[in-house]
Amino acid sequence: MSEEGIVKKLMYVNRKAPYGTIYALESLEVVLIGAAFDQQVSLAFVDDGVYQLTRSQNTDGIGMKNFSPTYAALGDYDVRHIYVERESLEARGLTVEDLMPLTYEDEDDDWAEKESLRVVDSSELATLMGEQDVVLSF
Amino acid sequence: MKFGILVNEGPYQHQASDSAYQFAQAALNAGHEVFRVFFYHDGVNNGTRLTVPPQDDRNVVDRWSELAEKHELDLVLCVAAAQRRGLLDADEAQRHGKDADNIAPGFRISGLGQLIEAAIQSDRLVTFGD
Repeated sequence: MSEEGIVKKLMYVNRKAPYGTIYALESLEVVLIGAAFDQQVSLAFVDDGVYQLTRSQNTDGIGMKNFSPTYAALGDYDVRHIYVERESLEARGLTVEDLMPLTYEDEDDDWAEKESLRVVDSSELATLMGEQDVVLSF
Repeated sequence: MKFGILVNEGPYQHQASDSAYQFAQAALNAGHEVFRVFFYHDGVNNGTRLTVPPQDDRNVVDRWSELAEKHELDLVLCVAAAQRRGLLDADEAQRHGKDADNIAPGFRISGLGQLIEAAIQSDRLVTFGD
């Protein structure tokens, strides 16, 4: 379902904690719908947005749906580039070990499972943002 | 230039809708094209015709409707976000067995694909929100 062959570089920037507001959940809904458009998609997680990717989320105490397993399915939606800002992790006492493993299967490499997630520092993330045609910030 | 506009916050609570309106108006007055205005998150609340603001205040919803009529603007509320928040057109109300609809003139309800399409088709997608 490409738009007359137009392929743009599209980055979703996730800045908010997964619960407390609906931004993270509704951002994920955009990513899933957007996957049908065959664009060059990447996701960035900055500020409290890095909490969206933490392992072992348990929402029993707040009566909300734990939607974090959906992130692990992003590889099936052809999302191969997930950037996490190093400074945001460090400011919150987190390391990559605290995050869910996120992978995709590379059809050009005999469906080898590869890492989608990459920790980048803010200057590299700024460069990546500068290369985008569209930045959707949630 | 062709603009897409994304409004992510509701009226009055947040200035996002005011700023988006002023941006759209300025762009149109300068001869630019607005491909679509897409309302997401609490932004869908900009599309209810049931707001009753004080008479000495701006009417955010009517203003969008008037701009839409004047310029044939495409104002789209995300269906999933709208349903969560009680924004329904007549078809949606009937489908879900609700006794009323509340969508304002000039707005329509559609899917998130309309946002992605606006991002692809526009030269710039401009987001208003937190």
